[in-house]
Formats: sequence, C-alpha cells, structure tokens
Amino acid sequence: MSHFSPTAAVSYFFNYFLMKGVLVTIGLTVAAVVGGLILGMGIALLRMSSNPVLAGAARFYIWFFRGTPLLIQLVVIYSGLPQLGIKFSVITCALIGLILNEAAYLAEIVRSGFMAVSAGQREAAWALSLSPWVTFRRVTLPQAFRLMIPPLGNSINSLLKATSLASVISVEELMRRSDMLMQEHFQILEVYAAATAYYLILTSVWDAVQRRLEKHFGRSSAAKTRRVRTSAPVAQASVEARA
Amino acid sequence: MSEISMTTTEGATVEPQLREVPAVRMEAVYKHYGDFTALDQIDLKVAKGEKIVVCGPSGSGKSTLIRCINHIEKHDEGLIYVNGVELDHQRKNIDAVRRDTGMVFQSFNLFPHMTVLENCTLAPMTANGMSEAEAKDLAMHFLTKVRIPDQAEKFPGQLSGGQQQRVAIARALCMRPKIMLFDEPTSALDPEMVKEVLETMKKLAEEGMTMLCVTHEMGFAREVADRIVFMNEGKVVEQAAPKEFFKHPKSERARTFLDQIIH
Repeated sequence: MSHFSPTAAVSYFFNYFLMKGVLVTIGLTVAAVVGGLILGMGIALLRMSSNPVLAGAARFYIWFFRGTPLLIQLVVIYSGLPQLGIKFSVITCALIGLILNEAAYLAEIVRSGFMAVSAGQREAAWALSLSPWVTFRRVTLPQAFRLMIPPLGNSINSLLKATSLASVISVEELMRRSDMLMQEHFQILEVYAAATAYYLILTSVWDAVQRRLEKHFGRSSAAKTRRVRTSAPVAQASVEARA
Repeated sequence: MSEISMTTTEGATVEPQLREVPAVRMEAVYKHYGDFTALDQIDLKVAKGEKIVVCGPSGSGKSTLIRCINHIEKHDEGLIYVNGVELDHQRKNIDAVRRDTGMVFQSFNLFPHMTVLENCTLAPMTANGMSEAEAKDLAMHFLTKVRIPDQAEKFPGQLSGGQQQRVAIARALCMRPKIMLFDEPTSALDPEMVKEVLETMKKLAEEGMTMLCVTHEMGFAREVADRIVFMNEGKVVEQAAPKEFFKHPKSERARTFLDQIIH
C-alpha cells in the first residue's frame, strides 16, 4: 500500500458508521459546554466571593483541573474510581470528565468577563436602587457576556477537539470510530483524512456561529457607530467587507 | 405625631425630630483607606432645598464625602442621616437612603448596552414596579426636560459627552429623588459641552432640588450655590456663602486654592 486513494477517503467521509461518531462528538461537545458553563459560572461566583473559604475552594478546583491533563482525569474517572466502588457508564464518565475540566477553564473566562465590567456600572446600579438580581441580570451579565464571547469561542473550539480523548476510554465518537475503521481496513490516511475533514467542518461551523454571536452582542456598544451609518449603503458595504 | 420615633414605608427607622429634618446630617464621620484618612471628622448639615458646592484640591476627600451619603462608599466611624434615616450599614436603611438620593458620576456610567430610554426606564420598572408605558412616559418627561427627547432610541455611545451626562441626570430624576449628588459632573467633558450640563443643573436648582455638587466650576458655584464647602486633606476647612468665600476666604489653604484655579 504505497498510494493514497481519494475515492476511499470520500467513501469513508460518507460512511454511516463514521457519521454516527460525528454525532456523538457533537453531543459530547454540546453537553460539556452547557454543563461546563453552568458549573463554571458557579465556580466563578465562588471565586469572586468575599468568603475566603469559598474563594479558596474555587481556586483549588481551577488549579487542580487546569493543572492536570484531561486524559488522566478521564482515565481516573473511568478506570480508577471503580476501584473505590464508584462506577459510571462510559458515556457518563466522558461527560463528567469533560464537564469538570471545561468548567475550570470557563470559570476563569466568566470571572475575567465580570471583572472587566467597570465598577462604575455597579455603582450606578446601586445609586438607582436596582436589586442585586436586576444588577446582575440586566447590567453586569450582558456586558460581561459580550467580553466573554471571544475567549469562550476559543475554549469551545479546544473542547470540540478534546472530545477525541474520550476515545481512550472507548467512547465511540469520531476518533474512536476512525480507529475502528482503520483497524478493519488498514487505510490509515484515507480514514483519518475523512475524520480530519469532519473536525475541520465542525470547528469552521463553530467559528461562523461565534462570529454571529460577536456581531449580535457587540451591536449596541462596539458597533454603535455602524448602526447610525447603515442608512448609507456604501458605508454599510465597507463594514460588511471588514467583518 | 412626628415627634415620636416612627418608621417609613420601607421600615427604616427614623430618628425623633422636633424641627424640620435636615436633608443630610453628618457627625464626626471618618473614612480610612488603609493608613490614609480620606474623611477626617466631617461635620456637615444640609437643609432641604439647599445647594451646596463642595470644592478643594484633588485628594481632599470631596468625592468620598458625597459617595458616603448614598453609601456607595462605607464610612468607618460617625453618623450620617439622610432625611432622618440613619445610614448604619443596615440593608433596609441603605435602600431607603438610595431611594431618596440620585447620583450623577464624572464618567456618566450609563449602561452602554441599553438605549437611552431603557437606561431611564430600568430602575422605575424593576425597583418601583412601574408599568412599561408609565415608565416610558416618565422617562420622556425627564428627557424632554434635559432637552434630548429625540435621542431616546439611541445608545449612549452614539451621543456626545454632554448629551450622555444629561441622560444620566434624567435617568437619576426618573427615580424622583429628593436629593441629587453630583460627583464632578463636568470634569470628563470637552470644554464646549460643560455649559449644557451646567444649564441643566441650574434648572434643577431653580426648581428647589436639594443638591450637593463636587465641582471645579466656580462660575456655577458663585451663581447657584447657597454655600461652598471647602475641603482639604479630608477635613472641611471652611464653609461660607459664595460671595464671602470668594472675596474673603478665611483659611490660607483656601486662598492658595482660589489663586490657583481662578485665572
């Protein structure tokens, strides 16, 4: 086998077995993002709390999960915990590992977003008698979220690719199913070319989504001057070209 | 009945009063930042309807003083009463005081992700339970008063500094405060925009609003203030009617200050 067969690569791309693996990869990513955001938001709030014990616990969590490889975390949850009598299904193990790990990264992103909202905004909210909830929900969160989108996008891009590590604990996602096809047919380049194409498509789709989000949430602040000028078609076109 | 200690609708305790309650009363107030004493034994009384201009060199504690009045800054020692409510770090009293006071900041602090109208309606709707229609009417009333009703649908970033500061004044007025606090409201403005903001403040003063303004605008002080409070190193060094203060400053520190700012 000293050649590369494009037709084989294309046929792997449309292989039903591999496509199902793609769906698992997407599912793992979405679940880990949602779970990681919820958990990460909570950890960020603890980290910003004035209680030194809570803030310390959150700092420890972030230090631990960002300081160890996801691969070890997954293997410990999957193979290590049963030794203590704690057992989960394969997919649950993957989700726990991915969420715990992602939450540590997202917590720091969430925290930096909130810290970047100026103190004056909170002071204005206090002076206006806004409740803490309204201040959070209507004043700080929307502004923090806008600042979080670019680093959030990066983190989700990494996560999407990091789901491939779940193959090690036998989750049949895109990577694992590529391995399985490869071991069956020994067309290494062809199979991985198809898998690579899928990863590129997924990350590109996410890039596009992220750009839309940035545009949407940036419209009132960064893009405000554009909005005024949208009546002039030429100005609009040049803005579009830059975006 | 007013002689007896009573509670406001918010449940805040009100001290017994025989005569009219001052808008603001500060007694031996201290504020420290580490080793630095920002407020050093402040005693100050502001009557209802009175217009006070607080001035002094930078770092003299002017901003800290008015930021303590609505508890954006916590004072460390001493007593502060706002409309008879003691600011004793209790939530319900802080809330009561903040409902009575409006604040305008040097850097406007408008919410950049909301339109001008939304900036003005948020607090009346969420903190006062007003309907959207009522809140909009109220907001348009005050935006008209500061002469920018036509900018209601724009975002703050699309307005000039002077316009933004006028929106900030309208936003504060929408909560119908009894006292307005101005923390260097024109210091961040381009020179040609200072006037429109000062005119708005003058109008407010003419309507009888109780006002405390930290400002370097001595023309405004001369024209509008009932009393000038001059601060230095965290202390109130002297207070006097503007005429008196500008003509015959008592302290050496006030004299050098005036020499430096009046050209």
